[in-house]
Amino acid sequence: MIEVSSLSKKYGNHLAVDDVSFTINKGEIVGFLGPNGAGKSTIMNIMTGYLSMSAGSVSIDGFDIVEQPEFAKKRVGYLPELPPLYTDMTVREYLYFMYDLKKVKFPKKPHIEEIARLVKIENVIDRLIKNLSKGYRQRVGIAQALIGNPDLLILDEPTVGLDPKQIIEIRNLIARLGKNHTVIVSSHILSEIQEVCKRIIIVNKGKIIADDTPDNLSRRLSSDHSLNVRVAGNEEDVQKILSSVAGVKRVSSLGSKEDGTCDFSVEPKVGCDIRRGVSERLAERKKVLLNLQSNEMTLEQIFLRLTDDADNGKFLFEKETENYEDHNEEALKEKEENE
Amino acid sequence: MSAIFKREFKSYFCSPLGYVFLTIFFFFEGMFFTTIFSAGSPDISYVIAAMTTVIIFVTPVLTMRLLSEDRKQKVDQALLTAPVTVTGIIMGKFFAAFSVFALAFSPTLIFQIIVASKVSVNWLVYINIVVGIMLIGAALIAMGMFISSLTESPVISCILTLVAFLVIMMISSIAEMTGIKSLTEIAGYIGFMDRFQNFYESVFPVSDVIYLLSIAGVFCFLSVRAVEKRRWS
Repeated sequence: MIEVSSLSKKYGNHLAVDDVSFTINKGEIVGFLGPNGAGKSTIMNIMTGYLSMSAGSVSIDGFDIVEQPEFAKKRVGYLPELPPLYTDMTVREYLYFMYDLKKVKFPKKPHIEEIARLVKIENVIDRLIKNLSKGYRQRVGIAQALIGNPDLLILDEPTVGLDPKQIIEIRNLIARLGKNHTVIVSSHILSEIQEVCKRIIIVNKGKIIADDTPDNLSRRLSSDHSLNVRVAGNEEDVQKILSSVAGVKRVSSLGSKEDGTCDFSVEPKVGCDIRRGVSERLAERKKVLLNLQSNEMTLEQIFLRLTDDADNGKFLFEKETENYEDHNEEALKEKEENE
Repeated sequence: MSAIFKREFKSYFCSPLGYVFLTIFFFFEGMFFTTIFSAGSPDISYVIAAMTTVIIFVTPVLTMRLLSEDRKQKVDQALLTAPVTVTGIIMGKFFAAFSVFALAFSPTLIFQIIVASKVSVNWLVYINIVVGIMLIGAALIAMGMFISSLTESPVISCILTLVAFLVIMMISSIAEMTGIKSLTEIAGYIGFMDRFQNFYESVFPVSDVIYLLSIAGVFCFLSVRAVEKRRWS
């Protein structure tokens, strides 16, 4: 669907996008994640033809965005960070204008009405855009992106500045749109991406530092699967018992957070699942296990760790992006089956 | 292009801008016509000629937000990511402003008809002078549009355009005052407002028509380049 290869963008001496490559297949919902100023919007602006690249290429459905812009742009619906709205027009006038601008072939009125229904703006369709709230403006922005029913939707921070209820609504809308479109959503809010996206591309300082499913990202980074345990009893005894479990590499005390209990972080040897062993051994020694928690990282932690590592010059997933292919095929099969 | 033309043309009348522009034109045209008509002259050309000064001061209002406003409101992202060419966008905007400009001269047709009902008039002279003023307008609008492509602020665009128009209008007179012959010659090329005079003296002066069309074409082209350049910079 979209192929980005060796994309770079320089603003004067500042390298905003640095040799970025990725492929997004039909039917995927991909999240573009990165801190503010990471280069997400620049990449999206280049993909949609708003900005040009300093090096590299972008092709959409086989059409190069620079060589054949009209064909490529016809396949893309774009919601920039700030919805591009003419505030002196009514919603209907604006959507009709975008319809004419995009030279859409569907019957005009039913098409616009269908989109208005989909994004829930029918009740404000004859109001001036300047009188609409931010949430509605955002929806009008999404509506204009949907005109012409493009295969690829690129939404740049679609929920920024919205209240929690609106965020949930927009998120649900994106999930619905994902059933019929390829969607790329950017955000610096992790939960938003985690909810709707099957694949996450993390960008930092213009480079891709990770590209995988949310689950895989979490699994790989917390590959040690260390456990946090809380056991009733004396700290010294419990530490001895835990250390004697087969497959345990290290046991470190986390102190006592409740009276008569002690907390430990138990790190297993590579490839060992120690959960059952820990539980059984403690039961054998008549120690009560109060809490057993896998230390899998939240997306928030992954994001911070990756961006920190990248800042320090480490690119954990630089060579691992190919692994995504396997998952992707699975996801596509799953999608086809569902359909 | 037609979608942009329609939107831009309508936008002039969604705000007071278009109405103010037309009111100023209609007021001065009416005033000049009354003066000429009551003096017993049947020549509408004088009305149009007298409007050249008004054009200089009022046309910047027409062009000031053509491209600057889109940039300011980030609407250019919708235009530039739509399957239209930059040339299509620029020409749509140019023709919208030009149409309002042309509309501003519509009363002169009514005046001509009124005069024609009283005395016999030479329609060719009228058409010739209208072509002249339209070409001057096209050149000024293209220039104003180019200036508006350079800034995000419509106010700055308006001021810069006004300054540019005043230079165009007065450059010949200033050059003549210096007495330097070569300077006067160069100023004669730049100050295209003087070309309007040639539309009185001859019917359809080809060189002036081509010259004014070229000015309009060059500034439309420069506007396209200015928009393109921002994408590449």
